[in-house]
Amino acid sequence: MQATFRIWRSKAGEAGRFADYPTEVSEGMVVLDAVHQIQADQAPDLACRWNCKAGKCGSCSAEVNGRPKLMCMTRLNTLDLAQPVTIEPMRAFPNIRDLVTDVSWNFQVKTGIRKFRPRAADAADGTWRMSQRDADRVQEFRKCIECFLCQDVCHVLRDHDKHEAFIGPRFFAYTAALEMHPLDADDRLGDLKEHHGIGYCNITKCCTKVCPEHIHITDNAIIPLKERVVDRFYDPVTRLLRMFR
Amino acid sequence: MQVIPVTAVHRGFGTTSRRDAWWATPLAVFVGLSAFVGYATWAAFQGDHYTYGPYLSPFYSPELFGDSPHAWFGPKPAAWPAWLPFSPALLILPFPGLFRFTCYYYRGAYYKAFWADPPSCAVGEPRKSYRGEHSFPLILQNAHRFFMWVAIVFIAFLVYDVWLALWFTNPVSGAREFGVGVGSIVLAVNVGLLACYTWGCHVLRHVVGGRLDELSKSPACAMAYACVSGLNGRHQLFAWCSLFSVMSSDLYVRLCSMGVLTDLRLL
Repeated sequence: MQATFRIWRSKAGEAGRFADYPTEVSEGMVVLDAVHQIQADQAPDLACRWNCKAGKCGSCSAEVNGRPKLMCMTRLNTLDLAQPVTIEPMRAFPNIRDLVTDVSWNFQVKTGIRKFRPRAADAADGTWRMSQRDADRVQEFRKCIECFLCQDVCHVLRDHDKHEAFIGPRFFAYTAALEMHPLDADDRLGDLKEHHGIGYCNITKCCTKVCPEHIHITDNAIIPLKERVVDRFYDPVTRLLRMFR
Repeated sequence: MQVIPVTAVHRGFGTTSRRDAWWATPLAVFVGLSAFVGYATWAAFQGDHYTYGPYLSPFYSPELFGDSPHAWFGPKPAAWPAWLPFSPALLILPFPGLFRFTCYYYRGAYYKAFWADPPSCAVGEPRKSYRGEHSFPLILQNAHRFFMWVAIVFIAFLVYDVWLALWFTNPVSGAREFGVGVGSIVLAVNVGLLACYTWGCHVLRHVVGGRLDELSKSPACAMAYACVSGLNGRHQLFAWCSLFSVMSSDLYVRLCSMGVLTDLRLL
């Protein structure tokens, strides 16, 4: 069976365009297989970042038929092959070439988040005690493979370019993993409100929908952090109660 | 850091490469919420046909002032301005209304359906400026927690209404006797769905345990957190089911009161 792939082609400093590549496809193929086949047969200069082909490295993020996805986890039998399949780079980040984007902004953002700071040791031998149940709660966020699909689909970054004021869903999940950690003693709520722009999130849940690791980013990370920020800065009752503690 | 998305060719309202019916969900939300707001506003201003026997419409509960036997403090206060329309529901509906308006689920849903912010995931927006919930007026959405407490109290009132809906007046002897009518079941199902929606609230989840980093040290909080989290996982489902049920309950009582429907006694 033959299918056509409409792939974004671009070079730094030049306007991009779509190019159509008809190619043979067979049962069990994923989008990344088709891209590799096109690289091998028709477009050896087609740039595409990939690594594990197993949905665990987060390298092959792209937009397939307009939806942010990992190319290696998008099976062709889930797509309508009667029409050309569009493959584009992530739109929230600068394009380097073809399907490759510069995601280094994310790594810069990460450096601005307060690191894990454990409380004083629980035992005389310098070790800590924590419940497995408490550790399990933050473990969900550690499944993140940093594919940045959530950052790509978030309209605050994608459509409103708030890269200076908003750290995005990936880093709210990262912050939640630290802030909710049973041993962590640091306080990130002021940063979340003032510098990380948690107030910009308007709960579209798009980040949760595209997460290949099925992390409940909105319900388990962003909203709980928003509520902690409300506790600290907006709720007069909790502020009053804090005065008596 | 300056970031220039190069593939900005899709910018603009509704522009997307998506092939699926991305507009279907926001359209359904728009129709569903508009229908509810339209019906609830109409029903609230009616001020009539909101009781039938032991049944009281949830839109009118608790009936603080009114002409029905369910009223707590008798008829409309004499001090009520003549120019201001009066209905017992107008004293009640703002609270559950604001609870839903500030609900995290509904916020995400109506920002998309009514304000196209965004219309759907990975679909272009109609405007460039954006303030989100970072500043006025949407920063006021943080008041959700206060409306949640009122909503929890209202659940208790509605449970009491279900209890009252099980006691019918015998038309011959005039005595009150236990019974179950279709209306009793309608009101009971309604309060069950409203409770599942209210008790699955994100704020309640935060209050009962989410605010703690070491939940295991408070077993009661841990249990409450687990229960609320279970309901919270289906918050969207209960949001819609309870919205439909509260509207249906009012409609059922209204149609019985108008003589359009006959309330069947099952017991």
